[in-house]
This record gives sequence, C-alpha cells and structure tokens, in this order.
Amino acid sequence: MNALYLMVAGLGAFTVGYLVYSRFISERIFQLNPEFRTPAHVQEDGVDFVPTNRWVLWGHHFTSVAGAAPIVGPAIAVIWGWLPAFLWITLGTVFFAGIHDAGALWASVRNEGKSIGALTESVVGKRARSLFMIIIFLLLLMVNAVFAIIIARLFVQHPTSVIPAWFVIAVAITIGYLLYRRGVALLWPSIIGVTLLYASMLVGNQIPLSLPESMFGLGPAGIWVVILFTYAAIASLLPVWLLLQPRDYINGLQLFIGLGIFFLAVLLARPEVVAPMINPSVPDDVPPIFPLLFVTIACGACSGFHGLVSSGTTSKQVNNEQDVRFVGFLGTVGEGSLALAAIIACTAGFATLGDWQGYYTSFATNGIDAFVQGGGGILASIPGISESFGRTLLAVMAILFAATTMDTGVRLLRYIVQEWGTIYDIPVLTGKGLSTVLAVGCCLALAFGSGGGGEGGLIIWPLFGTTNQLLAALTLLVLSVFILKQGRPTVYTLAPFSFLLFMTVWALLTQLRGFYDNEQYFLLGLDAVILVTAIWVGLESLSALRKAASESRESSA
Amino acid sequence: MDWRDRLGRVGELLHEFYVVRHRGALARERRQEDDLFMLLVFSEMMGIENPSNYYTLELLPLLYEGFHEWHLRMGMDHSPLEHFRCC
Repeated sequence: MNALYLMVAGLGAFTVGYLVYSRFISERIFQLNPEFRTPAHVQEDGVDFVPTNRWVLWGHHFTSVAGAAPIVGPAIAVIWGWLPAFLWITLGTVFFAGIHDAGALWASVRNEGKSIGALTESVVGKRARSLFMIIIFLLLLMVNAVFAIIIARLFVQHPTSVIPAWFVIAVAITIGYLLYRRGVALLWPSIIGVTLLYASMLVGNQIPLSLPESMFGLGPAGIWVVILFTYAAIASLLPVWLLLQPRDYINGLQLFIGLGIFFLAVLLARPEVVAPMINPSVPDDVPPIFPLLFVTIACGACSGFHGLVSSGTTSKQVNNEQDVRFVGFLGTVGEGSLALAAIIACTAGFATLGDWQGYYTSFATNGIDAFVQGGGGILASIPGISESFGRTLLAVMAILFAATTMDTGVRLLRYIVQEWGTIYDIPVLTGKGLSTVLAVGCCLALAFGSGGGGEGGLIIWPLFGTTNQLLAALTLLVLSVFILKQGRPTVYTLAPFSFLLFMTVWALLTQLRGFYDNEQYFLLGLDAVILVTAIWVGLESLSALRKAASESRESSA
Repeated sequence: MDWRDRLGRVGELLHEFYVVRHRGALARERRQEDDLFMLLVFSEMMGIENPSNYYTLELLPLLYEGFHEWHLRMGMDHSPLEHFRCC
C-alpha cells in the first residue's frame, strides 16, 4: 500500500473528527458560550491572565504539547504492524485526546483558570490532589531519564547531529540577548537564527563527532547521558529569558518547518509501506499488543501531560470561550499529525520488508533509529536534500524536542523539591543548588538504574506511557465529575476514562510480571508504586462520582 | 495592506508567540527584582541604613505609582510610613 493513502486517511480522519465530533462536544457537552467572560478578561493582570490571539495561543499550545514522545511512541509501536498504531492514533486523537485536552482547557476556563491539580482538589478531594502530585513527580522523573537516553542514543547512532544540536544553544542565547538586552525586533533574528540552524546541520553532516569507545568505565551513550544532565542542571539555573524562552521559540518554529517538509516529501516520494499491516512474526521479547500498545503510544493518541499545559498557561490566556475548541482540539490534531508522520517514516521509509525487519529485531530499542533512517529516505525525494542530510535533519529535530523538554523538566522537578523544602521546613532544600543536584541525581539514578549503562534504558518507555495515561485518566475523571455537576451527559468522558484506567492497570500488571522475571527490582518497585496509585485513583473516582451523582439527583428531585 | 504592514503584522504575531509561554514566569521574576528595588529606595524611611540614600531619594516620586501594590504584596494593608501616606 502507498503511504500517501495512510497520510490522506489519517489527516482526513482528523479533519472529520474536528469538524463533526469536536463541534458536537463543544455545542452539547461544553456548551461553549461566546458571551462568557473568560479568566483572561476577568482577572487580566498582564502577568498570567492576558487575552491572546487564538492562532498564537494554538501555536503555543501545540508546540508545548508536541515533543519527542509522539515520535518515539509510534516508532516503537509499529513493531506490531502499522494498522494497530494507525488506528490507535487516529481514534485516540479524535475520541480520547481531543476531548481530554479541550475538556481540561474548558474546565479550567470555567473555574477561574485553575490548574488541573487545584481543580482536582475542589472537585474530587485533597487526597486525589496528593495522588496527582505523586504522578506528576514520577512522570517528570521518567521523562527526563527517557529523553536523555534517547538523545544519547541519537548522538551515538547519528554523530552528524552533534554539532547542530549544541549549536542551537548559541543561537538561542544570541536571540534572547538581542531581544531583551538590545531591544531588537524579532523578525530578522528569527529568520537568521533558523537559517543558521539549518546551515549548522549542513556543517554537522560533513563533520560527524563521536565520543571515544570508553571513558571512566562508561560507553559513549552513558557519557552523553552524564553530559546531558550536567547541561540540563546548568540550563535550569539560567534565567528563563536567556535560554529557555528563545530555545522553546526556535523549537516551535522548527516543528512547523519540519512537519511541513516531511508531509511535502511524502507527497513527492509516495513511498510504499513495506512494514506488514499486522506483524505475524514479532520478535520474542515483544510484550502482548493488548494492553501494551495503549501505553507505548501515549503522546500522539492521549496524554495526561497535555492537561497540565491546557490548564496551566493556555487557559489563562483564552480570549473567547469559543476559542477552546480551536485551541484544544486543533492542538491535539497537530500532535496527532506528528505521530502520523512518525508512523509513515517508520513503515514506508525502507526499501524492503527485510530492511524494516533489520531495525525491528527487539522491542523498544531501535524505534527512534528507524524513524531517522526511514524518514531520511523519504526526505531525500525533495530536490537538494541528500539521504544523509535528511537523516541529520530528523535526528536533530528529535533531539531538540527531547532537549527542550528536559530543560523544562529539570526546572519543574527542582521547583517541586524546593516546595517540599518549604512545606517540611528544610531550609537547605529551598535554595537552588541542592534542589537541582537532588532533582538531577534522581533522574540519573533512573537513567542508569534501568540497566545497560544508559545504552538500553528505553525499557522504561512503556512505564512512562502508563504513568502519562494514568494522569490522562485522572483528568478525564475530574472532567466527568465537573460535567455531571452541570447535569450534562458524561458518557463521552467516562468511556475513555474507563478504557484508559483498565488498560493502564492491565499494562502495569503485565510489566510487573516482566520486571520480576527479568530481576529488574528497581523498576519493579517503581511499577508497584504506580500500580498502587492507579488503584487508589480508581477508588477515589468511584466515590467522587457516586457523590456527584447523588447530589445531582437530589438537586433535580 | 502593503507588504511592509504585512511583514510588521507577522513580526507582531511572532513576538506574541515568543512571549506567550513564559510571560507569567518572567513577569513574576521581574516583579521580585522590582520589589527588592522598592525596598532599597524606601529603606531609609523605614529606619534601615542605606548608604545610597542620597541617590535613591530622587527616585521616590517615580516609584510612588507602584507603591500601593508593593505594600499590599509585602503583606501590609496600609503604608508602613507615617509621613508617607498611601491608602
């Protein structure tokens, strides 16, 4: 089958989903009202609450939620064949992620722009909020560890990506400096900055940089993990305007350009999908597709992390309540298209089925390489782009996504540690120094504790997806309770909630068994903690729902 | 709209996109610095020795506009200074 059909079918499903289903949900369930005064107007303060153009807000929302995860998840999951991953991404984007992301945004807009954590406390209860914080902490820990491992892997496999990936830091700092210290307008620095980034990929493509085979008893991937966390620690201590802000910005621009180039290349190349529709001969170490598919692809189909963004910065800047549909649902569609691009790269970018099978010899480890390798082949159909340059471009794209997430992730972990310092009255933890060391230390422990000296640490990927889905389930629950209190139908949020909770608990049990059999006791412990939290969330939700249902019955009686 | 206006509009939207994500964090950081500066300028009046008092005195009228919000943020309902009325 031609990949073009896959692209048209996927993008078509997103379009129909947006035009039909999101309209239905917005009109019947959310009942979006253009007359409603949003928190951005009621509480306008020029700091957090600022009415913002919906295109700008969509750009912010989409680039905040899209990262390396919607690439890595599908890239791993096509090992079961392209159809299951394709179906889960299209159906998940429309029926799960769309209502989850837009719902969190809407609930927050209707509740003074409160974050989903604060909403949980007021809608479900204090205990549920504590569970929320535990899940977020674990999620941040895993995202940092996993992304460091992915970047390290890409640096080792594609040494041409090393120069551009580090050069972008210099570009970002220059833009930040020009804008804040020199007051230069942004247009030209943006154009020159992005041009320089792509020029540095050309340079990197000519000059690959590799680390020595072994240093201090670590392999090259292990060394890169240590270097990356040292960088992330320093970066998280720098002022936001100097590095994080311009870096996020360039990354956002690069996301639009990268997606555009990729879909253009698919149009030009019209590659054949060589991977099987459903893989009849999966390698021995691949876990069962049910339930693992649904946690291997979290971002790209449904991810709890999006709810944090929706209810964090986005909801406070919604100009008109009707923008919720545009920003929330279309942000999800953007993320779904990135996942779709990943599926096409990983299934149609190879010449033969044999080549494809060569990459998918075991679970989780080679997915991201398949994306770079396959996608590079497709990009080469654009005149002037060589296959090796295409590979460098995609490797750098994935690295930049993962690295900006790490920059933010380490900073957020530090904030949590500092907050604990304040709550439990431990003054040394409230400062920046020790809290950063602790945050980075935990991430490093997880990166190396998952085995393979940072080489094979993608073992925790499904566990990361599980935690992410659990967060999504919790958000959908809070949303359901809120909708129930308004006396509207809850089936559109409760159905995806039940599905996600069932799949995450099942996946946790499956993985628990796997970790026990492989004697990975560190991960076994982590899995157990998440499992207990998941069951607890289930119980809390039942009681909260029952209470809300009886309240709504009483009020209607 | 000629191309210059269009380009200007693109620049504006880019700038919005640039600031939208971190606006809150940056504004808070800036406010913290401003609060410290406020304390520095008003310190002499509150009985805190300030070697640069001679220079900061000139700034008083400029900072008076933000004085009300500042003393509220610092947890004082009214102006802490007897001869410096606010609300």
